[in-house]
Amino acid sequence: MARPLDWQLATVAGVRDETDTVRSFSLTLPAWAGHRPGQHVDLRLTAEDGYSVERSYSIASEPERAPEVDITVERIADGEVSPFLHDVVVPGDRLEVRGPIGGYFVWEASQPGPLLLVGGGSGVVPLMAMLRHRARNGAMNPTRLLLSSRGPGEIIYRDELDRLAATNDGFEVVHTLTREQPPGWTGYARRIDEAMLAEVLEPLDREARVYVCGPTALVETTANALVRIGLAPSQIRTERFGPTGT
Amino acid sequence: MAMDTDMNQVLMLDGNALAGLLADLFGADVTVVPAKCAACGEVNEMGALHAYVRAPGSVLRCPICGAVMMRIVQTDRTTRIEMRGIAYFRFETGG
Amino acid sequence: MTDRFVTRGFVGRRRDGDDGSTASRIPPGQYITRDFPVLSAGPTPRTPLDQWSFTIQGLLKQPVSWSWEEFQALPARDWTVDISCVTKWTKLDMRWRGVSVDTLLEGVELDERAAFVIAYSDGGYTTNLPLADVLNGQAFVAYEYDGAPLAPEHGGPARLVVPARYFWKSAKWVRGLRLQERDEPGFWESLGYHNRGDQWREERYSGD
Repeated sequence: MARPLDWQLATVAGVRDETDTVRSFSLTLPAWAGHRPGQHVDLRLTAEDGYSVERSYSIASEPERAPEVDITVERIADGEVSPFLHDVVVPGDRLEVRGPIGGYFVWEASQPGPLLLVGGGSGVVPLMAMLRHRARNGAMNPTRLLLSSRGPGEIIYRDELDRLAATNDGFEVVHTLTREQPPGWTGYARRIDEAMLAEVLEPLDREARVYVCGPTALVETTANALVRIGLAPSQIRTERFGPTGT
Repeated sequence: MAMDTDMNQVLMLDGNALAGLLADLFGADVTVVPAKCAACGEVNEMGALHAYVRAPGSVLRCPICGAVMMRIVQTDRTTRIEMRGIAYFRFETGG
Repeated sequence: MTDRFVTRGFVGRRRDGDDGSTASRIPPGQYITRDFPVLSAGPTPRTPLDQWSFTIQGLLKQPVSWSWEEFQALPARDWTVDISCVTKWTKLDMRWRGVSVDTLLEGVELDERAAFVIAYSDGGYTTNLPLADVLNGQAFVAYEYDGAPLAPEHGGPARLVVPARYFWKSAKWVRGLRLQERDEPGFWESLGYHNRGDQWREERYSGD
């Protein structure tokens, strides 16, 4: 069995479009040791002349789906890697992958207590792994996802999130749409701020565990606001994706 | 007035972003290993340190005082890790 | 190179010059960029101008220091230069305005032992250069880029610029120069980056 640090050749088993610019890739790995929700994989691409780049992608699927591992990638127009993944890669292609990596940003159903997940754009990916895993394990802990997206057409996993929220197991999703809202929208329509977080946190216990993932600016704002609201820094785990659009 | 985007701020990541590189160097996932800042004495898990990776090398800084805790420079043939800013790591060894 | 798996269809960013006319201006191993990438080893220092000063100290008869106002009053000029970063990007025709290091050293009586310059910055960054590499128009302290005050994320209020060296030698947020007899490898030099950093000789790493 390969160690997480060893590069292995993954085969693309399938692709699925989540939105106009976001696509998920299902990978099968020959020697996958399993993962924990929230971990990521590193992908390595090598050109003919030896030039290579690496990128990290959060694992979107729950560990229970092994040996299939999903990643979800947003296509950034002037990016170096995402346009390649979207425009060139097809099922059957092989990609170098290693992992799982990162024990810091992890939640498992064995951890009791209320959960607040805050995500922006593709920051929802590792949070989705946590939610899928939570559903698979029949967990009932009060859980809220606050998800920031530019508009309704850009909400990743939208239908699946609605389905999960409808199962009545203590999970709720709260959307904020920052640029474009559908007619009749009564939900949040602005960037995440302290007031919004206080409202979303309200029904949950103050002792909730919090996971925040997305562009660095969103993560900073959220983490700082939660501390001002009175949460301890140790309750909050963050995963910054860097600038939007890389 | 447009907000002045501070790219240095925006480029900052968590230590988790270096998890793969650190795993290569330490032979294991060290993101949950606590490390004590030699400058201010605060202890934080490696994954919670502030990581600057868009540079000639990678720099991990204390999230409390900002001091440099670790620098990693990879050249074509070598990797150097400088850790003067870490007073100690604490690994769980069980028993 | 070991037999690395080649990813079908992956080419990567265009890495050569856009057209033949600029090819000769691109140092070996570099590619042209149109934007101005920000590289960061730490948070942006934010020294207010009324607390900012630039100092030349070390092996000289008398250290000299300028406040921001005094610095602005020094004779300044415009430079248009090509810049290369060791991370492989090169940007052509960057327009700067600032004060030549020659001007800064004009009234200064150097000790004859002074052979090296350590540039030091807010935030703790340092870089080292032979004194000879910063004289005769080879280095300046810039406070304007592209006709506007130098942005903090790019090193403002002022940074050192040494066009003939990889850009890590052009210390952002520079606050002074220390003249020494002995060389002292700086922030990146002490960890494997080349001590001199001449991009035309592709001096990226020590041992190059």
